[in-house]
Amino acid sequence: MSSNTAIYVRRRITNMVAMLLGGFATLLGLTFLVWILWVTVSNGISAITPTLFTKITAYGAQGGLSNAIVGSLIMDFTALLICAPIGVLAGTYLAEYANSSKLGATIRFLNDILLSAPSIVLGLFVYVIIVLPMSNMTHGAISFSGLAGSVALALIGLPVIVRTTDEMLQLVPGTLREAALSLGVPQWKLTMQVLIRAAGSGILTGILLALARLAGETAPLLFTAFGNNFMTLHPLDKMASLPVAIYQYTNDPNPAMHAIAWAGALLITMFVLALSLLTRLIFSRKKVSYE
Amino acid sequence: MLTSYKSPIRLAAVAAIAVASTFGMTAQATDITGAGSSFVYPVVSKWSAAYAEKTGNHVNYQSIGSGGGIAQIKAGTVDFGASDMPLDEATLDKFGLGQFPDVIGGIVPAFNVEGIAAGKMVLDGKTLADIYLGKITKWNDPAIRALNPELKLPAANITVVHRSDGSGTTFNFSDYLSKVSPEWKTKVGEGTAVQWPVGIGGKGNEGVSAYIKQIKDSIGYVEYAYALQNHIGYAVMKNAAGNVVAPTIATFQAAADTADWKHSKNFNLVMTNAPGAKAWPITATSWVIMYKKPKNVTNSKVAFDFFKWAYTHGQAQARSLDYVPLPPSLVQQIENYWKTEYKM
Amino acid sequence: MQVPSTEPLARNIDARSRADALHDRIFRRTLKFCALLVLAALVGAALSTLWGGREVLFGHGLHFLSSTAWNPVEDDYGALAPIFGTLVTSLIALVLAVPVSFGIALFLTEIAPAWLRGPVGAAIELLAGIPSIIYGMWGLFVFVPFMSRIEPALSATLGKIPLVGKLFQGPPLGLGLLTAGIVLAVMILPFISSVMREVFQTVPTRLKESAYALGSTTWEVLWDIVLPYTRSAVIGGIFLGLGRALGETMAVTFVLGNSYNITSSLLMPGTTISSSIANEFNEAVGTHRSALIALGFLLFVVTFIVLLIARLMLRQLAKREGR
Repeated sequence: MSSNTAIYVRRRITNMVAMLLGGFATLLGLTFLVWILWVTVSNGISAITPTLFTKITAYGAQGGLSNAIVGSLIMDFTALLICAPIGVLAGTYLAEYANSSKLGATIRFLNDILLSAPSIVLGLFVYVIIVLPMSNMTHGAISFSGLAGSVALALIGLPVIVRTTDEMLQLVPGTLREAALSLGVPQWKLTMQVLIRAAGSGILTGILLALARLAGETAPLLFTAFGNNFMTLHPLDKMASLPVAIYQYTNDPNPAMHAIAWAGALLITMFVLALSLLTRLIFSRKKVSYE
Repeated sequence: MLTSYKSPIRLAAVAAIAVASTFGMTAQATDITGAGSSFVYPVVSKWSAAYAEKTGNHVNYQSIGSGGGIAQIKAGTVDFGASDMPLDEATLDKFGLGQFPDVIGGIVPAFNVEGIAAGKMVLDGKTLADIYLGKITKWNDPAIRALNPELKLPAANITVVHRSDGSGTTFNFSDYLSKVSPEWKTKVGEGTAVQWPVGIGGKGNEGVSAYIKQIKDSIGYVEYAYALQNHIGYAVMKNAAGNVVAPTIATFQAAADTADWKHSKNFNLVMTNAPGAKAWPITATSWVIMYKKPKNVTNSKVAFDFFKWAYTHGQAQARSLDYVPLPPSLVQQIENYWKTEYKM
Repeated sequence: MQVPSTEPLARNIDARSRADALHDRIFRRTLKFCALLVLAALVGAALSTLWGGREVLFGHGLHFLSSTAWNPVEDDYGALAPIFGTLVTSLIALVLAVPVSFGIALFLTEIAPAWLRGPVGAAIELLAGIPSIIYGMWGLFVFVPFMSRIEPALSATLGKIPLVGKLFQGPPLGLGLLTAGIVLAVMILPFISSVMREVFQTVPTRLKESAYALGSTTWEVLWDIVLPYTRSAVIGGIFLGLGRALGETMAVTFVLGNSYNITSSLLMPGTTISSSIANEFNEAVGTHRSALIALGFLLFVVTFIVLLIARLMLRQLAKREGR
């Protein structure tokens, strides 16, 4: 009897300790989130000034970020222009044409791996297939370029879009397909006008998620877009970007340059987090409408 | 034209238009790119801003380290490379490159030791080499104490900071250590990047300065302007003549004065451990490296024009950052070199 | 009454369906082409790094894999130090992140009241959305100084334990393997915990309820029912986190110290494959460049294998569920 009570008490205590540790772990995770965000906001907000948006990157306190912001916008959206159509079409292929084929399974599998592949290796890849050949062909007139940076970023965004499109299309009820097919609608029309539209907001979520992911990337830009201390709008020029500019400003011992780096960090974090919150919002509504 | 991009909204609009429409445009001929030495970055950055204001031409200089400057010019991805290590004749010939100095400056041992102010610590070459070899590990080591009898040196471990990237600053520093320490010469040697026996690596003069500032009891080596502008403690040095000298334009100049440029081919002359009585022992030159037969003639012209402008109009800025401007005779020699070696 | 001939209409339909068939074929091929691009990207990344690193991989082969040298003066490169740094920082990250992730998943699936689960879960997942350069800045400016204050205490306590103590000795730089490992742990936390959370929810309610009916505590249900049921997927999630940690670049570059040394202490600086590439690629020529691309190939192969295991493990649970 008493040994039974002892066992019971021990089990209860084990349970209590486990629950406490679970709560503690969650608190720890949240602490890091709050810590990082707080540091970024408190350091960044005081450094956000009009000159940040009017001046170009420079050594010392006189610099701004205008060329980096423009460079990032150009490269991010060019990347999106590249990876969104390819990603949506590839995802459609997986969901609609190759759902149970071997090729489909292989590609789906490789896409998942691409999703977590080290971004710096993707940068190396683009360096080898775009930067080097361009440089050899043009005798160095074009080498590192905003376009190469965009392609590297597109490779980061692509698997995100493929995967969400694939998953979203699978959520579209089969009855919709059967109804359309029975009306004699050809497959391509069914896919483009019915299915992709039905899964539209889900697919949009994927595209926004991809944007959020590629906008924060630094490593693949180091040796594809390189850097530029001036404003350029030309995609074949070496191009500045917000993450790389932050990296350069951070690397300097000058506190005035750190302040600019923090301001850039705040901008990019806000942008990325706002995008992920937005996708969450769209997606949660989406789920409701399905049920 | 560029100054008119004032508001972020217009920036975004411009960017959007650019994304949609500009794949067929040709590159602006007046944008040139240089890359390399972080040693000269502060002054080249100032020159570039002033030059852009004057001429509208953009000289995009990326501070990626001298090793990077050499690599990128060899690969032909930039219009000029900048390196604090001269290339030897064989390499220059092999790639069809020429080189010329743009500025002279000093490298200082910089430290972060509580209670010891800039310029108060004395070091000599051998001690510095032993610290970087990992043989001297504490600040109160007898060798350091012997040089600084008045200082209160802590018993703390020394954290050695070096460059993580290929660097001309490293080249001059390791070249100096090789000249004063046979052990360094055999064990490590000199180069833009060496196999460091101890320490942590910072990227660029920027990164090394940042680490020194942040890590207590650390020592590193940086271009003088970095130490000065970031209020980092630096040591004075016992030079080849046995005198203790402080890093100033005067002592850099004294070292530069010993250089015999007239008899140097391709300006290949390293002036570390210079013999002058007042010479700063780690004085370094930075070189610009360009193709003799330019891959892009227009860009190359702008580059020459930029440096010509810098030699005549940029000297005050160089001086304000504690670089030594090139003497007029050397500038004359460089311009002759351009005429004979480069196809312009 | 004159019945209109159906002939032209039929021909019309025939032509239309033929056109439709053609369009369908073109459409299908376009889609397939796009899907194959995904495959090409992955294979291309592997082949291009293999090609770029061929000089070192095939020329120096074993020496490259087994040497600790990284000497640009002599052009002698060995991958051992970066491999060591990559593995050690990732291992530290796993050791720290796995139990914490488990705790978070436990909290979010079993402990927290329903209204709290959504917001807290979303907040934890936000950690995955923060760009790695921000982790790098926070790491360098805030966490490194914090660690340099903590490290003397670590050396004085953990450093005194025989055997394990060696791991915690050295000057309190703040930078180093341990710091990098902790930053990585925070970065992979959301990935591992969200997988755990998701798969814990797939456990059939009747299984859990039967256990509760027998008088099990929440912990016992989790440990004895939920965990064994989801084991393969949990391991998959851990490997997914490992894959992330192995390839992370910017955050690690800022806080690791960039030094090609293999040390016994976790407080000492090191380097990883990805931070070596980020630091040196733009300045490397010839053999040096080849060595860096070869490092990229190694990283790619290792993460590929790790992620392969992750996906296979995750798939096992999905299969059992009949998904």
